[in-house]
Amino acid sequence: MALPATEREAAFGSVREMATGASISTPPSSLDIFADRVFRGLTLIFAGLTIVLVLYIVLEIGGKAAPAMQKYGLSFIASTTWDVNKARFGVLPEIWGTLYSSVLALVLGGFFGISIAIFLTQDFLPPKLEVIFKNIVELLAAIPSVVYGLWGIFVLIPTIRPVADWVHQHFGWIPFFSTSLSGPGMLPAALVLTIMVLPTISAISRDALSAVPPRLKEAAFGMGATRWEAILRVILPTASTGILGALMLGFGRALGETMALAMLVGNSNQLSISLFSPANTLAALLALNFPEADKRQEQVLMYAAVLLLAITLLVNICGAAVLRRATVRLSGGGK
Amino acid sequence: MRSTEGSQAADKVDLPSLDRSYHDPRGVLSTLLSVLTGAATVVACIPLFSVLIMLFWRGGARLSWQLFVELPPTAFEEGGGFGNAIVGTLVMVGIAALISVPFGILAAVFLAEFGPDSKLASGARFCAKTLTGLPSILAGVFAYAAVVMVTGTYSAPAGGVALALLMLPTVLLTAEEAMKMVPVRMKEAAVGMGCTRSQVIWKVVLPTALPSILTGVMLAVARASGETAPLLFTALFSNYWLIQDGHLGLMEPTASLAVLIYNFSGMPFENQIEMAWAAALVLVLLVLVINIIGQLLSRQRV
Amino acid sequence: MKVGPVRCLWLLLILCGLLSTSVGWAGESVRLKGSGASFPFPLYGLWFKEYGKVNRDVIIDYQAKGSGAGIKDFVNKTVDFAASDAAMTDEEMAAVEGGVQLLPMTAGSIVLAYNLPDGPKELKLSREAYTKIFLGQVTKWNDPAIAQANPDAKMPETGITVVRRADSSGTTFVFTQHLGAISEAWTNGPGTGTTVNWPSSDKFIASPKNDGVAATIKQTPGAIGYIEYGFAELGKLPMALLENKAGKFVKPSLESGQAALAGVDLPPDLRAWVPDPSGEEAYPIVTYTWMVFHKKYDDPKKAETIRNVVKYALTDGQKVSGKMGYIPLPDNVVQVVSRALDNIQ
Repeated sequence: MALPATEREAAFGSVREMATGASISTPPSSLDIFADRVFRGLTLIFAGLTIVLVLYIVLEIGGKAAPAMQKYGLSFIASTTWDVNKARFGVLPEIWGTLYSSVLALVLGGFFGISIAIFLTQDFLPPKLEVIFKNIVELLAAIPSVVYGLWGIFVLIPTIRPVADWVHQHFGWIPFFSTSLSGPGMLPAALVLTIMVLPTISAISRDALSAVPPRLKEAAFGMGATRWEAILRVILPTASTGILGALMLGFGRALGETMALAMLVGNSNQLSISLFSPANTLAALLALNFPEADKRQEQVLMYAAVLLLAITLLVNICGAAVLRRATVRLSGGGK
Repeated sequence: MRSTEGSQAADKVDLPSLDRSYHDPRGVLSTLLSVLTGAATVVACIPLFSVLIMLFWRGGARLSWQLFVELPPTAFEEGGGFGNAIVGTLVMVGIAALISVPFGILAAVFLAEFGPDSKLASGARFCAKTLTGLPSILAGVFAYAAVVMVTGTYSAPAGGVALALLMLPTVLLTAEEAMKMVPVRMKEAAVGMGCTRSQVIWKVVLPTALPSILTGVMLAVARASGETAPLLFTALFSNYWLIQDGHLGLMEPTASLAVLIYNFSGMPFENQIEMAWAAALVLVLLVLVINIIGQLLSRQRV
Repeated sequence: MKVGPVRCLWLLLILCGLLSTSVGWAGESVRLKGSGASFPFPLYGLWFKEYGKVNRDVIIDYQAKGSGAGIKDFVNKTVDFAASDAAMTDEEMAAVEGGVQLLPMTAGSIVLAYNLPDGPKELKLSREAYTKIFLGQVTKWNDPAIAQANPDAKMPETGITVVRRADSSGTTFVFTQHLGAISEAWTNGPGTGTTVNWPSSDKFIASPKNDGVAATIKQTPGAIGYIEYGFAELGKLPMALLENKAGKFVKPSLESGQAALAGVDLPPDLRAWVPDPSGEEAYPIVTYTWMVFHKKYDDPKKAETIRNVVKYALTDGQKVSGKMGYIPLPDNVVQVVSRALDNIQ
């Protein structure tokens, strides 16, 4: 990539200075080169350690799960009974619940998160207000999961219950609203999950949007675009890899959320598309049953954990594929 | 966009008006979208205020200096506080940050700078993304097997390790994105001035990317401060101070705000329930303070 | 990144200030760690703190993680003692090297709390009624099975929402054990356990922990659920009077709980279950809860401290348990447990 004039001069200027012995820039000393090698080695080690760490975790969990995997095989994934006494286990409702709640959270959280990120970076507000709102949104991440669970029980569910009942009465024929909200259920869980992933998506998208070079926006305005045309057609596509990264991070967070969902999702082994019916998630199942689990139950729960990791893996593979296609499409222009 | 048509049209008729007309559909759409995103922002702030109001209403009565210097009360006891839990949370999140931040940033440097297309980098990136979905309880179970069983005791470092596991993917992935966003020409200019690759990173990339890296670190810290499940398996809880008999009890069970909230909110006793809410308030304020300190520190960059 | 020296100094000062406020002083202290059941957690917390006030060189940490997790910790030797609502199974006891001593420390009863604004003040539930409610066979409050026992009250037509525990718990274990003891349909159906296969119906909802169930009951008109006596009493939830083995409808209270425990002989290993107590005034659903100790400790000081603490718990400790919602141990049980203390060395 060619350097523009000013930088080119600076580079040549430094070479000139080297030749004349003037001192702004010098070639690296041998100490510098040594330090460079050490640093590079260090970063390589840590990148490798990341892989080692994850492999270790997978092995540890997989090892504990192996007996259960052998015993129950794939019927574990397809069955819906969870009967400890009769030793029949199945996590299909939990897999469904995990995916359903996380997708809902991703869609809602993505919408709100990106909207907020746009609102806070595109000069809609004076800078002081931007900082205040930025801190407020980030504070959402600081609230403990337990508190979200309690807030859900004491505030959210009573608030949405009348709305849910009204919707169920009038629109009950739509499968999404086909049952009544008796308390904990998919919708409260998805809403709280949205609030929990919102700060992640918003903060990282905000950084991605801020990193877009101002001249791109100015060029768009210069061509007569309205503010939103500039945003939607120039800035968002440029920042898209960062935003997609934010969405993936948020989705991963949603998949793994434990305590708040354990309190709000209803913990019932029902497979339903209705937003108002109780459901269950893999992480909640794990959290609620692990402390009291005996050896055999522990193996089954670890099997569920392996499934959760597998789902995260699959989601990431799909996400990476989507990302690749998006960048190929967009890398014609932009940066 | 109408760039080509615009330049041709400019030869002929009218340039697009620079004033936004309220009848122009594009302008109306733009205003509408602005209102929508503004509304979305306000709506997103509602839960925070709702939660804070709930915390104040239920626990605000308990806010006092006592909270910071006394130990947790038992069932019908008057007074009491959670000073040890505050210290415990700070220590354990501190340990977690000490582990995960250098780890994450160094790995991210490799991923973004030294070997972005290598197999190692793809593998590490993939592993970090998989780690984002690790349920907090599994982090606790893993740290139990890796640290508690090995050292034979519940301890603050064990809690720190579990929290570090939860922080690492966020720190790593946001740091990588942050470093990728540093303009290439800044890096090339540094090379042109005679820097080794490492010096480029230390002197140009990291300082430029610092605010975004800090965002990631703050998000991770915020989450780690509020996690309960991992601490239940690694640091347990303690009703005593971290420093007893003048010696630092790091390898002993350690209190934390998250576990305190978890314990006390599930009690039937009014004084403890109120304390749980007060503790949640203090936790949120604590994270806010850490956030602000972080932002102040990062503003001092060159 | 440049942080001025002045700012550094401030940060350092603040840190030192924080740490210094957190210093506790004691002499050469003994530190005991325990984990396990959440049912006795408030009581044990009170005991340990009170004991620590008088004996300043003893520090005892106990954290509720669940009976199962506590036993695991105990077997792994990461804690000095554990607490369990379900005692220990034979195989668990065999897995502990050096032998294990179980000591019942306190007891509690499980009540059926309900939310029925138009219902009777003192709801009476016959054995048939409450078993069928939890089997999902009785679904309305004005069902004859319930109305029979409450002839003076007009039962509303509301549907019954059953609130059960979402998490694995000793409370579920004791409750289902009782139901299994009084009903064959229950044993053949969901059975006994810390978590069972509840009837699938959308009128069965779940909440985690006692406080979750209590909160859900409070907020759902027509709900009924099983929680510990302390939670219902302190949360002012109406509790049902249950028909006991002798056929009487007994109100949950300290006296009826003690009456239930009184008739039971403790076997030598002190693991006693009372799934269906006989006794005129006995409340039908009660359970002991145990502390689990090693028979031999490497540090004799630890063993001695443990013996002292347990002695305190059996004497002064029992006096406070009542107002917290627990059932004080009957005197004969206290004696048996005191004698068993000598096994801990």
